[in-house]
Amino acid sequence: MEEKKKWKSALKAAFPHTIPIFAGFWFLGMTYGIYMNVSGFRFWYPMLMSLTVFAGSAEFVAVNLLLGAFQPLEALAVTLMINARHLFYGLSMLDRYRGNGWKDFYLIFGMCDESFSINYSAEIPEGIDRGWFMFSVTLLNHFYWFFGAALGGIFGSWIRFRTEGLEFVMTALFVVIFIEQWSKEKNHFSSLAGLGIGLLCLPVFGAENFMIPAMLAVLAVLTFFRSPLKRQEPAQRSRDKKE
Amino acid sequence: MTLTQQMLTIGMVVLGTMLTRFLPFLIFPAGKPAPPYIQYLGKVLPPAVFGLLVVYCLKGVSICTGSHGIPELISILLVAGLHLWKRQMLLSIAGGTICYMLLVQMVF
Repeated sequence: MEEKKKWKSALKAAFPHTIPIFAGFWFLGMTYGIYMNVSGFRFWYPMLMSLTVFAGSAEFVAVNLLLGAFQPLEALAVTLMINARHLFYGLSMLDRYRGNGWKDFYLIFGMCDESFSINYSAEIPEGIDRGWFMFSVTLLNHFYWFFGAALGGIFGSWIRFRTEGLEFVMTALFVVIFIEQWSKEKNHFSSLAGLGIGLLCLPVFGAENFMIPAMLAVLAVLTFFRSPLKRQEPAQRSRDKKE
Repeated sequence: MTLTQQMLTIGMVVLGTMLTRFLPFLIFPAGKPAPPYIQYLGKVLPPAVFGLLVVYCLKGVSICTGSHGIPELISILLVAGLHLWKRQMLLSIAGGTICYMLLVQMVF
């Protein structure tokens, strides 16, 4: 009973944070469902995949894998490449996604770009259980995605909306999270490194291949500047004390 | 592909995704503090990741063809402006998205 109450208040606190994801996911999920539908798959395929994979770009690529010859190892390799960025999320969540009991498993299972970004950056109100809050964010996102994919898979090509451009909601979400992070940090080195390296690698390696070189470059730059950044931190702290 | 082969392919996509999500937690188990270098990465990676994600969202934009990325640029500036002004996440996101939809549907 106590747990149920905790979950209820956490769900209420989490919902507003997921509204942009709601707008983005039912739309993208539906696009995915329609894509599977017109590629000749029955409605339960997108439903099954949105439940078990829950990683947008990998699911889109999986449609092509399913249409080609049977090559399970290639499917595994392609998925690892597309989703390699999750490794960074895991490293950042080592503390937060622990100590929440059985919820930890689901939190890690559902760690897509959006769940990670919200759970990392949201300021959880006082009195709200952290574990239930992050669980609610992940569950709501998962549900929106499933709901969109199911609708798209069932109604397929009948759906016509003037929704062109709605996918920008995800770009807007990440811009806002980037600004929020920027205003919280004293040192913008890492933010600038991510943005700059991304912008540099995109034209060099092309839209489909730039993420892995960009991740490696970010890792190299952050490793190379580790000691100067660390030395700066205590210096900054003592300066704060004087002020 | 037979149904079994399809299910195996989907299983591989699930396995690949789960590996990328669970691996850090398996390599650095609970109860033992992660090495200082990994703790350092956990702290400095997120800001870089948010920067990378913004670029990732824009990867399909072409500067040389089509609308030259102008609707994206205008809408991002609006999102940033709204957010620095009002600090209301939903307002900034809705404003930028509606602006983008109007631009791509009616102007470009």
